[in-house]
Amino acid sequence: MTTLEFKDVTKRYRIRGTGDFLALDKVNFTLTSGKTIALVGQSGSGKSTIAKILTQLERATSGEVLLDGKPIPRRGRALRSYRQQVRMVFQDPFASLNPYHTIRHHIERPLRLDKVVPNEEVENEVYRLLERVRLEPNDVIDRRPHELSGGQRQRVAIARALASRPSLLIADEPVSMLDVSIRLGVLNLLADLQRENNLGVLYITHDLATARHFSDEIMVLNRGVVVERGNADDVILNPQHAYTRELRDASPNPDKHFAAPGTTSPRS
Amino acid sequence: MRFFLRRTAFYLFTAWAAITINFFLPRFLKGDPVSAYIAKNQGLISPDAAAALRTLFGLDKNQSLLEQYISYWKLLLSGDLGRSFSKGLAPVTDVIASALPWTIGLVGIATIISFVIGTTLGAYAGWRRGSKADALIPITTFFSTVPYFWLGLIAIAFFATTLGWFPASHAYDKGASPELTWDFIGQVINHGTLPALTIVVSSLGGWVLGMRNMMVTVMDEDYVTVAQAKGLPPRKVLINYAARNAVLPQLSSFALSLGFIVGGTLVMELVFSYPGVGKLLLDATNAKDYPLMQGLFLIITLTILVANILADVAYAILDPRTRQSEA
Amino acid sequence: MTQPETAVMAAVADPAPRTARKQTPFTKFAQAFSMFRNGKSITGLCILGFFVLVAIFGDLLAPYGPLDKDFSALRQGPSSTHWLGTTHMGEDVLSQLIYGTRGVLVVGFAAGIIATLIAVIIGVTAGYMGGWKSESLSAITNVFLVIPALPLMIIVASQYENPSLLLIAGVLALTGWAWGSRVLRAQTMSLRNRDFVQAARANGEPLYRIIAVEMLPNLIAIIASSFVGTVTAAVLGLTTLAFIGVIPITNLNWGTILFWAQQNGAFPDFWWWYVPAGLCIALLGMALSLINFGIDEYVNPRLRSAGERAREMRKKGIKVTSSVTAVRTTPTSGTQPDDGAASAPRHASPAVDLDAVTPVAPPAPANPDDTTAR
Repeated sequence: MTTLEFKDVTKRYRIRGTGDFLALDKVNFTLTSGKTIALVGQSGSGKSTIAKILTQLERATSGEVLLDGKPIPRRGRALRSYRQQVRMVFQDPFASLNPYHTIRHHIERPLRLDKVVPNEEVENEVYRLLERVRLEPNDVIDRRPHELSGGQRQRVAIARALASRPSLLIADEPVSMLDVSIRLGVLNLLADLQRENNLGVLYITHDLATARHFSDEIMVLNRGVVVERGNADDVILNPQHAYTRELRDASPNPDKHFAAPGTTSPRS
Repeated sequence: MRFFLRRTAFYLFTAWAAITINFFLPRFLKGDPVSAYIAKNQGLISPDAAAALRTLFGLDKNQSLLEQYISYWKLLLSGDLGRSFSKGLAPVTDVIASALPWTIGLVGIATIISFVIGTTLGAYAGWRRGSKADALIPITTFFSTVPYFWLGLIAIAFFATTLGWFPASHAYDKGASPELTWDFIGQVINHGTLPALTIVVSSLGGWVLGMRNMMVTVMDEDYVTVAQAKGLPPRKVLINYAARNAVLPQLSSFALSLGFIVGGTLVMELVFSYPGVGKLLLDATNAKDYPLMQGLFLIITLTILVANILADVAYAILDPRTRQSEA
Repeated sequence: MTQPETAVMAAVADPAPRTARKQTPFTKFAQAFSMFRNGKSITGLCILGFFVLVAIFGDLLAPYGPLDKDFSALRQGPSSTHWLGTTHMGEDVLSQLIYGTRGVLVVGFAAGIIATLIAVIIGVTAGYMGGWKSESLSAITNVFLVIPALPLMIIVASQYENPSLLLIAGVLALTGWAWGSRVLRAQTMSLRNRDFVQAARANGEPLYRIIAVEMLPNLIAIIASSFVGTVTAAVLGLTTLAFIGVIPITNLNWGTILFWAQQNGAFPDFWWWYVPAGLCIALLGMALSLINFGIDEYVNPRLRSAGERAREMRKKGIKVTSSVTAVRTTPTSGTQPDDGAASAPRHASPAVDLDAVTPVAPPAPANPDDTTAR
């Protein structure tokens, strides 16, 4: 049972010339293993800043991030062991894999870095991980990212995130760059893995429909402030905050399109 | 605004660095040729000029390096670059000033001609990509990899000595003196044709290639496709849509290349015995005329700096996007 | 935009049985040099290889010693005993040319290696660091960009009675690294914010591994091109210095041959004395430029595909300069919706293979798009 706690986390960016920009304003939430929280908001609302602070690509300006009650270590072995617990799947599978390296390299590295398995076991573990994300290992292991489809790449990225056997997973809009027809497949895979590994997942998205379907709790973020949170169904069916209603009404509703022919189909 | 402030700070820093390098350069010289020269010409050098030379070359051992540096700056700001040993102790500034117009005239005109022809050819080669126009690239590249001076020597051997079409050296006929008459202007053009031609031929390749590659990239842009779809005549699309955007980087390279007018074709002037800045620097080097060398180096560096400023300004005026991003 | 044959059509749900291509040290090696795998680069490399062989086996190839004097044949034109004639001292021009190759290549490559090392260290560090460290490194780079190379070389070289080859190479490198450093800095800055670098950081990869393993391989094409560029500049610089006579004549290279030829009135009559040396410089320069053209096309595939596509279209009798009209007149275009520019062929997306691979460029770093780099 792992718990990650955001306590009054504030992030301020220094922007030269125009003054400061407040990206996050006293954000609080708790992510526990076995549960999925959806973080919903428009672009620019601060979703990705939360992901960056969680992965320690950036540090919070003030407030605390606690893993099992302990603050995130600043450096060294302790930081590495934090990173081993909290992994992230990036939004764009075309950018998050190094075009120069093979799939093997991408999955092998975290295994060796965190010494998850003994060296002679690494090869088998890579195969096992690829199978878990429903890829045919022999088929992809020696390929480079540009030889795979977007869906395949995102599966590789998920396998990489799982390699260190984390207890918490951040998925930053994991399907927004994929074709509509394969999104469900990737999301279902994430849901399966979440159940099998009892992962705590922070699902960052702007798509309310999938947020409701795949998560237990929804948190709505607007300009760095959490404006609404609660049980997934409640937030969607009975939004309290005007911003949430706006978001809901802005998302495509299939019924409306049948009612009004000629409207353009929603684009991802 | 921020952009301009940053650039200004950058240029001030670079200018300061260049001048400081110029201050230290002669202090690394082996031996002490300057005091030897001053001692030898005791009566000929006025005390003032000798003092200036001491400051420029750090001969005053009583002064600390900082004091030397400060008096060096004072001297520069008053426009005194010392006296030239090899030119009868004439002030270095005067010597350079007399050579500068020749270089700027010859190389400047040649650079402009080369830029115009090269860019036009490049635009054509990019427009008609995949056709016979592609053959332009290897031909012009060949001439740009040939060393300047060798091409100049061949040109002299062929056009001057064998065919006798043009004079082989100097800027005007022997015995003539610079004056504003048609006869003299004719002489200057006659003497300048061969060196200018050599510069144009050997620098054409860069312009052709740069413009061609930009054209090919721009031709893939949607606005060019849209312009064609609207049914605009090809000529109009070529000039108003494709070439207009492709030429932007060319213009900034052109501004940069202006900086190399003064210092870029030293050897060309040697081959043609052209009385410009390059020949002056080579003569100064051979004669161990250190004040002149130092002065020329400073002038050449500052010209390149000014050209960089021009390139920046040109780009900022032509392409507003650069103002936001850092160059 | 790239050729469709690079696409691998495979759906996740139904992976076609395919044997994995095994990664051997050889394929890894080949991949590192994939930017040379095109006609232009290969031609350039062959010419360069020829000169390298001449430089290595100069002693065996040269019919005479470079300074052997044959007083019975002074200023003689090409003959069966002296293929490229003789100098005013009766020295064999061909032998001087062969021995001179070594001097040119050693200095050129040494300068290229030193300059590239400086450029990579300064450029990549400045690009990765950010903040005042990056600013000050780029300020230094810019100062070196402004300092005129040739005059500085002349002034420095004239300080030494007998400058060693390494010193000459060092001065050539010192004045030649800045451009490459600037391009590398820009490219590193754009790489630094790519997701795959962020992912490596988030995984806890150490800094040296992020730079050496994740970033450098993606910079190889640019590093190679800046290396080739500095070698070209160094060869021209060396021969120029030798021609002016700043470099002592004991250091035999092609520039020295031209220096002697000019000093001893070879122009214009004794063409065999001065033409071959100049042509050798041009040929070597051409070879290096060809290598760089190939790398350019690898980095920016549009440069290559543009010519190929245009030729293709011309074969079909379509005018390249009016691509849109061309689409409408081809038989297949009748079925396409006529909505202006969007129906141009390169915009058509494969609607059937939704999860199929989008044709993508080879694993090249994105085009630097740094217009100032031209």
